[in-house]
Amino acid sequence: MSQAFIDSTGASIGSLKSYGAGFVLSLVLTAIPFVLVMSGTLSYPLTLAGIFSAGIVQILVHLHYFLHLDTSSAARWNVLALIFTLVIMALFVGGTIWIMYDLYYRMM
Amino acid sequence: MITTDASTIDIACREEVEHADTVAIQTFGFWIYLMSDLILFATLFTTFVVLGGAYAGGPTGKELFDLPYLLGETLFLLFSSVTCGLVLLALHDGKKKWVLIGLAVTFLLGLGFVSMEINEFHGMIAAGHGPDRSAFLSSFFTLVGTHGIHVTFGLIWMAVVIAQVAVKGLTSPVQSRLMRLSMFWHFLDIIWIGIFSIVYLTGVV
Repeated sequence: MSQAFIDSTGASIGSLKSYGAGFVLSLVLTAIPFVLVMSGTLSYPLTLAGIFSAGIVQILVHLHYFLHLDTSSAARWNVLALIFTLVIMALFVGGTIWIMYDLYYRMM
Repeated sequence: MITTDASTIDIACREEVEHADTVAIQTFGFWIYLMSDLILFATLFTTFVVLGGAYAGGPTGKELFDLPYLLGETLFLLFSSVTCGLVLLALHDGKKKWVLIGLAVTFLLGLGFVSMEINEFHGMIAAGHGPDRSAFLSSFFTLVGTHGIHVTFGLIWMAVVIAQVAVKGLTSPVQSRLMRLSMFWHFLDIIWIGIFSIVYLTGVV
């Protein structure tokens, strides 16, 4: 059995630098929403906007630095599967919330 | 003799190629599983968003959630995600000792996260704020509990891989399993970002 490292598409392993960068960015992007909520300095909508933008950026940071998703050909099918999943998610998450709030509004 | 040798080499090469393909297919197949898991979590998130305001006279998120405690859980999971990445680097360099140390540290950090979550759930249920109290708490326990069960299964998987690395060494199948475990672990950290943003922080604002 070969002891050499196996190369496989869609799961490149990154480098010390990329994990370090991902770690520091994640720490900052975790600190931002916690500080926003704990200090309570901003108004309600601004705090929510801060939480969600920091969350979305941190998810992108994780996908890029930890899961190594990019536009390279090795990761193309992984990215395509993710985009397809996001489309399905947007359809039924958005659709469900729309229907339920509409129902709530009409039954008030 | 020469033809026999050549055909042997030919077969060996073909096996090598087939093996590389197998790993790529397994990795991609696991990615497809993760995408289906993402759909599962999306349904639970949607349920929480719809029911999250139905307190039924019970406690709200503001009264239940302890943010410094949540930050502790979050950091446990984030640190474990990074050490899990470092395990792959050690794997790439063929350093078995560091793979084992890294996996052990990742395991302990993950165990810390699960212990904190069990403690949190236990405290809530003991205070009468269990999943039967309100629709908000039902959807809360379902979503956060499902994530916790995923992490627990990740820990069991990690314990098995640690044993395999220790006994079998860094063989190709073990390497392939380790890479899929790492994908699973990073995926769970990404789901946790959604949970602490949508469930906890939004609930406390």
